[in-house]
Amino acid sequence: MGEQLKVDEIQKRLLAEVADLHEVPVGAFNIRSNGESIGRVSTANIDITSKEGVSGIDVRIKPGTKNQSVHIPVVMTVSGLTEIVYNDFYIGEDCDVTIVAGCGIDNCGPKDSEHDGIHRFYVGKGAKVKYVEKHYGSGDGKGKRILNPGTEVYMEEDSFMEMEMVQIKGVDDTNRTNTAELAAGAKLVVRERLMTHGEQNAVSIYDVKLNGEGSSADVVSRSVARGNSFQKFDAKIVGNAPCNGHTECDSIIMDNGRILAVPGLAANNVDAELFHEAAIGKIAGDQLIKLMTLGLTEQEAEEQIVNGFLK
Amino acid sequence: MLELKNISFGVEDEDGAKEIIRDISLTIPDNKMIVVTGPNGGGKSTLARIIAGIEKPTSGKIYFNGEDITDKSITERARMGIGFAFQQPVKFKGIRVIDLIRLAKGSELSVSDACEYLSEVGLCAREYIDREVNNSLSGGELKRIEIATILAKASRLSIFDEPEAGIDLWSFQNLIQVFEGMRENINNSSIMIISHQERILNIADEIVVIRGGKLAAQGSRDEILPTLLNTDSAVNGYCFKQQGKAAKAAAAAN
Repeated sequence: MGEQLKVDEIQKRLLAEVADLHEVPVGAFNIRSNGESIGRVSTANIDITSKEGVSGIDVRIKPGTKNQSVHIPVVMTVSGLTEIVYNDFYIGEDCDVTIVAGCGIDNCGPKDSEHDGIHRFYVGKGAKVKYVEKHYGSGDGKGKRILNPGTEVYMEEDSFMEMEMVQIKGVDDTNRTNTAELAAGAKLVVRERLMTHGEQNAVSIYDVKLNGEGSSADVVSRSVARGNSFQKFDAKIVGNAPCNGHTECDSIIMDNGRILAVPGLAANNVDAELFHEAAIGKIAGDQLIKLMTLGLTEQEAEEQIVNGFLK
Repeated sequence: MLELKNISFGVEDEDGAKEIIRDISLTIPDNKMIVVTGPNGGGKSTLARIIAGIEKPTSGKIYFNGEDITDKSITERARMGIGFAFQQPVKFKGIRVIDLIRLAKGSELSVSDACEYLSEVGLCAREYIDREVNNSLSGGELKRIEIATILAKASRLSIFDEPEAGIDLWSFQNLIQVFEGMRENINNSSIMIISHQERILNIADEIVVIRGGKLAAQGSRDEILPTLLNTDSAVNGYCFKQQGKAAKAAAAAN
């Protein structure tokens, strides 16, 4: 990738972390580094254009596009950079596509680096989208690594969207807001995996409106809070029609970690069926003991349990 | 070989001090399958947990192959060659059956080798190998996976705490075969099974009876088994047989 895209070793590492990119991606892509696009490819079916007036891109995917992918990773390696980026995705009817986003920040400097990415998805009738978003921070500077992502999802009839949101390491401060509106027969699946450590702070807010008959949402977060970190998971599902909704927050706390789970359900239709589950606790003692009887040290056992939990 | 010398174990609760194990001395020789039996609440499971290092004895010494392991941790004992199958298997979100078997084996293990262990405990390996060791598995399935981890660990001393508990009758048949197989390939190792089941007592080289926290009897199977007739263990075994007959009759009727 180095020759064609002119990225250094740190940028390469960040791209591998957030988008599993080790080479120039197949299909459409836009790679943004330190505030500007350093590589972009559109394809016959997927058109990527810059926005005018604000930072960001429009991604237009033609109806019926199947088994194609778009990669739009962002990396930041300059300390003190702050940016707000608006990316809009127009996914045509009956598409079946994968969108891989993600942001990696390496901050070795004294100033805070911040990337606020706002992603809007307009999912056409019957379309199927898998969206993957990974966050990663590295660098030992005093400056914080801050990510405030936002997603807005508008789903037309019988569309399907699966969102996988992962933030495992190194991001100091995150405030994530996700909203979704679903028409009849649409289905949204969210799988969030989060680990915070040190003095980190992470807030996840979900507001999902099930507006059409037969729409459904399944929002599940698995998280681990260690060190002195704090997490808030605030998931609200509103049933405005005969629909099915489920939210779940399943968390492990370690050291002095703290978690606040605020599940919210609003049923505005007598045929709305909504559920929430939330469980927070430390690693069970018998889990540690079992793995220790297999020859692992307590620390190795803890790692295995946490890794498995967040897999 | 494992030697327990004058092991006692007590706990303090609101009613004051309570002795659970009282001065037990016991040897588990190599190449033997020992079955420990006796009434519920008699201290059998506590004794097994003391051997695995999960509980620390109040007094007494434990020697494993001549080395004093009384102050060794669970991990150290596991690495020295002590394996322990829990009476109630532990569940893990996100850890798959293959992950657990690999951790037990302690080295890289191919999927087909891992499947061998599952087949040995009567599970169709392909269906289970990628499953998470969580609530989606039944008690009997978890129990068999627990036993598979002990097979994979291949310890010098393998301890099973009531392997029959929570297992259905059809799996029990298979379990007996697993233990018979282990007995045949014992190769310088030893096996300790805590059990109430007559059919497990029947395949023991030696039987140890623990009652009220004390060693009540120890000897060869032929010596001890007849004395257990008309006791709780024998009654449990009888009830089990009756249940077995009823289940078979029901299955035949279907």
